[in-house]
Amino acid sequence: MGYEKFNILKSTTVPLSIENVDTDQIIPARFLKATERIGFGENLFRDWRYNADNSIKKEFVLNNDTYNGKILLGGKNFGSGSSREHAAWAIYDYGFRCVISSFFADIFRGNCLNIGVLPVQVSSEFLNKIFECVFKNPKTELVVDLNTQKVNIPCLGISESFDINEYKKENMLNGYDDIDFLTNMKDTISEFAKNTPL
Amino acid sequence: MSKTLFDKVWDSHVVHEITNGPDVLFIDRHMVHEVTSPVAFLGLKNRNSEVLFPEKTFATADHNTPTINQHLPVKDPLSANQLKALEENSKLHGISYWGLGHEKNGIVHVVGPEYGITQPGATIVCGDSHTSTHGAFGAVAFGIGTSEVEMVLSTQCIMQPKPKKMRISINGKLSKGVTPKDVALFIISELSTSGATGYFVEYSGEVFREMSMEGRMTVCNLSIEMGARGGMIAPDNKTFEYIKNREFTPKKEKWEKAMKYWSTLYSDENAIFDKELFFDGNNIQPMITYGTNPGMGISISKGIPKAENQDGGVKTYLKSLNYMNYNEGESMLGKKIDFVFLGSCTNGRIEDFREFTKIVKGRKKACNVTAWLVPGSHKVEKAIKDEGLLKVLEQAGFELREPGCSACLAMNDDKVPAGKYAVSTSNRNFEGRQGPGSRTLLASPLVAAAAAITGEITDPRTLY
Repeated sequence: MGYEKFNILKSTTVPLSIENVDTDQIIPARFLKATERIGFGENLFRDWRYNADNSIKKEFVLNNDTYNGKILLGGKNFGSGSSREHAAWAIYDYGFRCVISSFFADIFRGNCLNIGVLPVQVSSEFLNKIFECVFKNPKTELVVDLNTQKVNIPCLGISESFDINEYKKENMLNGYDDIDFLTNMKDTISEFAKNTPL
Repeated sequence: MSKTLFDKVWDSHVVHEITNGPDVLFIDRHMVHEVTSPVAFLGLKNRNSEVLFPEKTFATADHNTPTINQHLPVKDPLSANQLKALEENSKLHGISYWGLGHEKNGIVHVVGPEYGITQPGATIVCGDSHTSTHGAFGAVAFGIGTSEVEMVLSTQCIMQPKPKKMRISINGKLSKGVTPKDVALFIISELSTSGATGYFVEYSGEVFREMSMEGRMTVCNLSIEMGARGGMIAPDNKTFEYIKNREFTPKKEKWEKAMKYWSTLYSDENAIFDKELFFDGNNIQPMITYGTNPGMGISISKGIPKAENQDGGVKTYLKSLNYMNYNEGESMLGKKIDFVFLGSCTNGRIEDFREFTKIVKGRKKACNVTAWLVPGSHKVEKAIKDEGLLKVLEQAGFELREPGCSACLAMNDDKVPAGKYAVSTSNRNFEGRQGPGSRTLLASPLVAAAAAITGEITDPRTLY
């Protein structure tokens, strides 16, 4: 499934200053029953957004009109737990294109990169600065530039670099996916398969 | 050059290396279940693509399946639809399908090893983070996302950067009442849920050498809970004995040939790991978790740690205790519980039922406790009956359910109600994991059995 190309993203943010946000919070298992990739955004952070009777939990940041934007800020160890790509789909479907944290769980990070959500890992000091700015002024905009691999906080005039491998960077800049790459080397793969020991 | 066990398996499966990018990794065995596969099959259809090697993919239904009255139609229409999609997709692409009612049906990570699909030195993936279980056999096994499920279906490869390598060595002897689950919960409590992120772990030392294959599976299963992509243990005679003569393991000359490869699977003496950790097995006690991630575990007789001692994240820590309705410093022993769950890909194997039965034998289940005893597969279910465990369990007031993931993840009918406490042998105690508002305490089958008998957190060593 294609995704929007990612180049430079200038946006306000939604600050979720909690550590160890796991994939069961991002999307609980009972909402994984679809056989198509539609409607997952509605259930993003379902049990933090809604009470059991489906009324809104006003104190949760996604329900606070003060904050909006295409960038989700999360505490350390974001996306731990299950391999469900549905967590990344829910984030994308809700409208986020980038998650910034000081540490990401492995499978979640890979899933994001595969579907067009940019996971940006910054130092905890830099992340704290972003949180502070956003809490002080919710209209704070960040600039995430994939080309130069930099996150900029314009109002403070500071920026920090982030890592991404060259291959994935090219993919995201162009909206390519791994399946196209692999499909083009099927002959090599079939040849390789003949010599595997198992 | 000296290589680690992980290097040997990974490197021999690299089809192509991309400079400053991931490796193209060949996958020997692919397991699929109903939850993370339908969108991948849809992707194949949209790209007008075929499954490249249908004989290397195996499908089973487990997450959505009910654990009682499996002969009746599945009540939840969404679950039924997802199960039907897997059946149809498997049929369309010529993939082995062990659906509900099939004699080989069970949890994907339980049936894989049972039928010999899991083999040493193989690369094994599944759209499920607990695929790390199969590392117990010396396989490189890990969970993948749905996009990658589609990649494996259409090209038998995925693209992954090679993880770093960590070795966790534990020597010494485990004391009575300390199980592989306690070893795993202990390691996670030491490392935290992100302590091994970016690494692939090899477990080594006397404790793992002495462990049964079931125990090794429990440990490797929980590797993901400390952030590791996977965990593995070098195959030995115990491994080879376990897999010999299983349906999908090689036979005769093929077995001999495979043995030649398998006997090379160990970390060379001078192999370099990016990180090495050492623990003393003599010091590990029965464990229990008190919070909302698997790293929040303590020895059962210790008090709940103070927030101020937590490494950063005091707010998150207190949020977690608040969710559990526990306070800093409290003892876990004697806390009332409502549910007990024995099962899952972590502890749903025959050895787990044997351990549980040892404690409950000749005793009675506490009347305030609802217990769900769920075998990981029909094969486990049959063994429980054949070994006479069922009779003992029934005399103690327990019932046996039918195989499936059950109460591990609140995706089927087995859900723990809001506010209730469940001692679970499964793998995650995240908020709402066992049902919205549910509170999970992760523990071994022995601790679960002790809680089921007394209705409260109890040191199982007092019931021997």
